Amino acid sequence: MKDHRDNTGGVSVEVRSLRKSFNGQEVLKGIDFSVRRGEIFVIMGPSGSGKSVLLRHIIGLEQPDSGEILIQGESMQSSGVMDKHRMALVFQSGALLSSLTVGENVGLYLSEHRLHPPEEIRRIVIEKLESVGLKGTEDKMPSELSGGMKKRVAIARALVIEPQLILYDEPTSELDPLSAVVIAEEILELNRRIGVTSLVVSHDRDLAFGVADRIAVIHEGRIVAMGEPGEVEQNPDPVVRRFLRADFKRPNER
Amino acid sequence: MFQNIGEMVLLFWRTLAALPLAWRQRQKVFDQFYEIGNASLLMVCLLSFFIGGVIALHIGPVMVERGLASAVGGLVGIAMCKELAPVMMSILIAGRIGSAMTAEIGSMRVYQEIDALRTMNIDPVHYLVLPRMVAIAVALPLLVIFAILVGWLGGAVVSAANDRIDIGFRAFFMNLRDVVDIPDVANGVFKAFCFSLVIGIVSCHQGLVTLGGPRGIGRSVTKAVVNSIVLIVLLDYILTRLLLS
Ligand SMILES: Nc1ncnc2c1ncn2[C@@H]1O[C@H](COP(=O)(O)OP(=O)(O)OP(=O)(O)O)[C@@H](O)[C@H]1O
Ligand SMILES: [Mg+2]
Repeated sequence: MKDHRDNTGGVSVEVRSLRKSFNGQEVLKGIDFSVRRGEIFVIMGPSGSGKSVLLRHIIGLEQPDSGEILIQGESMQSSGVMDKHRMALVFQSGALLSSLTVGENVGLYLSEHRLHPPEEIRRIVIEKLESVGLKGTEDKMPSELSGGMKKRVAIARALVIEPQLILYDEPTSELDPLSAVVIAEEILELNRRIGVTSLVVSHDRDLAFGVADRIAVIHEGRIVAMGEPGEVEQNPDPVVRRFLRADFKRPNER
Repeated sequence: MFQNIGEMVLLFWRTLAALPLAWRQRQKVFDQFYEIGNASLLMVCLLSFFIGGVIALHIGPVMVERGLASAVGGLVGIAMCKELAPVMMSILIAGRIGSAMTAEIGSMRVYQEIDALRTMNIDPVHYLVLPRMVAIAVALPLLVIFAILVGWLGGAVVSAANDRIDIGFRAFFMNLRDVVDIPDVANGVFKAFCFSLVIGIVSCHQGLVTLGGPRGIGRSVTKAVVNSIVLIVLLDYILTRLLLS
């Protein structure tokens, strides 16, 4: 595997009329959007609307039924795009390798591709774990961690790749408000420092409006609103309003 | 089933093509190898000792009655090294090690660990399949050599101890040496090597195509073991037929 560490900076992503069905059920019904280099783009939407499936297409884990995805202007289908650009996906479930320690998980990309000698990898691993607030966990097994800790390890594992495009699937869904802020800051910091393009899928309105350059709302496999946070907040579409303003009232306050 | 065979041939081919990378994965190969030995050495000894013993028990009295006592060692020796050790040990390993391979890879598939590998540009064939294939392809033939020796010992002990057979240790092994040649042992070891490839590919492939949750993993494991055993028995006939000529 070649090392492409020299081409830092984000890549642009363009999704064109993407459609995907699973067993006859259409999950993505024509998705169109583009993300500029170095942008933080947040996708919001109710559970089951196809957000995770969309991210899996962008990183090449699923093939679209029709439509295409362009990374820096090149189609995902053309060979070599995956090798040319470094991309990382932070899985909703973390997807840590359960047979490896936390440290081995975080360093896996570097050790498998032999990018650094072992001592150097260890140093990077410790540094990345520290940046997500998990100092001293490198020798634990994933099964010893809480859901939120696993999620943060998964983020550290993605950071190690020094990606040009990073996809976060619900990065804060299992975190307490304080850790969520740490992650939000890390997303912003990474974006500022290396200009990575970030695509964040989240239900977390604070996170979304806090970090986003632009927001898209996806509903039943279609994008129903897209724009800068201010615009989306003012969107008159009832579906969007209901989703963004969802609130519950205690029975006695009604 | 036929589509599966096509996929398995493809997987085998990709594993072969990745063979030069095995040295890089040597730590994983060694871990798997140790795992296989550790999990099955005792079982292999126990099983082959009693298989050797049972064969002696079956044929010994019959042959002694007909004045063929001097052929017992040779018969036990041939049966053990050409057929029973390779086939029985392969079936044991399919149940003991193949199932574990399918379960592990299957759960990695179900819990998206394999997807995670792919997003890191790590080929699951290099990372998961190759080390397991190399380890089992080395370990099973070694275990079979071991099983042959222990099986012979089992036959000898029973022949000496059972008073309807009553053939001494020395006589047993003298006859065995007259009948069994190095090529006979090599024949059995070669069979074991072929079976090890079958077990490895069937188990890894079944793991990789696992769908669904824990139940999917269970289904995959059962399928891998059953398919391995069926293929071993079929291949055993074909190989025996070919090696005969
Ligand atoms: N591999 C698959 N096979 C069949 N159906 C699938 C598959 N993956 C996803 N789906 C279906 O696609 C739909 C969208 O799933 P997806 O995981 O993208 O939702 P989501 O928007 O990420 O929801 P959540 O916010 O709960 O994570 C669901 O109805 C799901 O059942
Ligand atoms: Mg999801």
